[in-house]
Amino acid sequence: MTDTGPLLSTPLHALHLSLGARMVPFAGYDMPVQYPAGVMKEHLHTRAKAGLFDVSHMGQVIVKAQSGTFEDAALALETLVPVDILGLKPGRQRYGFFTDEKGGILDDLMLANRGDHLFVVVNAACKSADIAHMQANLAGCSVTPIKDRALIALQGPAAEAVLASLNADVTAMSFMDVRDVTLVGADCIVSRSGYSGEDGFEISVPADKAEDLARALLAHSDCEPIGLGARDSLRLEAGLCLYGNDIDTLTSPIEASLEWAIQKARRLGGAREGGFPGADRILREVTNGTLRRRVGLKPDGKAPVRAHARLFADAEGAHDLGEVTSGTFGPSVEGPVAMGYVPVSHASPGTQIFAEVRGKYLPVTVSALPFITPTYKR
Amino acid sequence: MLKFTAEHEWLKLEGDVATVGITQHAADQLGDLVFVELPEVGASFEKNGEAATVESVKAASDVYCPLSGEIVEINEAITSDPSLVNSNPQGAGWFFKLKLSNVADADDLMDEAAYKELIG
Repeated sequence: MTDTGPLLSTPLHALHLSLGARMVPFAGYDMPVQYPAGVMKEHLHTRAKAGLFDVSHMGQVIVKAQSGTFEDAALALETLVPVDILGLKPGRQRYGFFTDEKGGILDDLMLANRGDHLFVVVNAACKSADIAHMQANLAGCSVTPIKDRALIALQGPAAEAVLASLNADVTAMSFMDVRDVTLVGADCIVSRSGYSGEDGFEISVPADKAEDLARALLAHSDCEPIGLGARDSLRLEAGLCLYGNDIDTLTSPIEASLEWAIQKARRLGGAREGGFPGADRILREVTNGTLRRRVGLKPDGKAPVRAHARLFADAEGAHDLGEVTSGTFGPSVEGPVAMGYVPVSHASPGTQIFAEVRGKYLPVTVSALPFITPTYKR
Repeated sequence: MLKFTAEHEWLKLEGDVATVGITQHAADQLGDLVFVELPEVGASFEKNGEAATVESVKAASDVYCPLSGEIVEINEAITSDPSLVNSNPQGAGWFFKLKLSNVADADDLMDEAAYKELIG
């Protein structure tokens, strides 16, 4: 995304400043990259207790059919997203992605059945393109960006206890449930989901109540604010893709090892097979596989291997395999972790390959994802 | 004698050898360090040559050689525990000792007062 015009701010901007956050531009917003505790402590706190993240920069969108039925909205969105949306039960959420005619990924998203409409959450950097894409292509539907709500993520093993201190109803929710919940007197939409590999919640809250809610959550002794720095290391340890790094229009969902998100109903022989952009390629790849795959990469040494490092089959850098797409130090793994694309010949866990870092070829082992054991409440 | 560079390194001069590290300000800006790569003893660098690399969770940064010279000692303690650089950057978190090619070069560097003014 190009940096044009002044930075936008979220409804929690003043709170971030009052908490001493270091702010950086991210997807056109002035966002907290870390608080005084620092990335390492914030990451470990989220895995040990509970972390609060401002993700209000993400796009919240309502897709509603003119007929007023969920089914018509679901069938319309299925023309852009290779996921079984019709089969999504009321109060349930699913992961998906918009694909293009070449079978690449335009963005990834969360979508929820909210009874008579779909509630969609998309990435900040892609949201205007996603909204335009839906408005242009979803026949018989209204596509309405929600501009008056913030989005707060609460992640970690203590997230349930922290949120239950405001409304005990949330304890009955399972992973990927979505409900209306009243919090600090505000009508919120709460899903049991997140981007950290931990149990947790994502809360859509009216903008004018967002700071009240964040302060009420932070008042709990187990809850600390967490910046974008730790959000990135948490999601990478959890093996979750970052759009623009690990997936983009040059990666297909199958190359990206995301075939689990394409349910049977949309595959060859399914009740609603194909019917989305790039279906020919994507469904062929479900059956026949791909030349390359996204894999986890565990550097053997202590040096982090970052995005765009080249990967090689040999320690001399003769046989180029592909590229690292995300890489950092994993505070919970206590060592560097990365993801990247390699040919299927080198994609089996345990395969030793090499990453070029500052002119050296460092040994890296292909690893199963995620690097940590998720604690989702199934 | 303590000297500073605009690249946020400090040098403690004893004869023709300077102990070199990064300043508290630099350590604070970098955040939690997770990896340090030091030069080899015996390596020679020109002024502003890339002598060491530090990595935080978020990013890698170069540490420049503040003056021309030869590395005569390195602090292996910070490669085994990079957090020493965050906790004590101007003490136990030093990087290397540099035998200066020309001691008089140090005269051009900042003193502590000038450095403090630079970082505000």
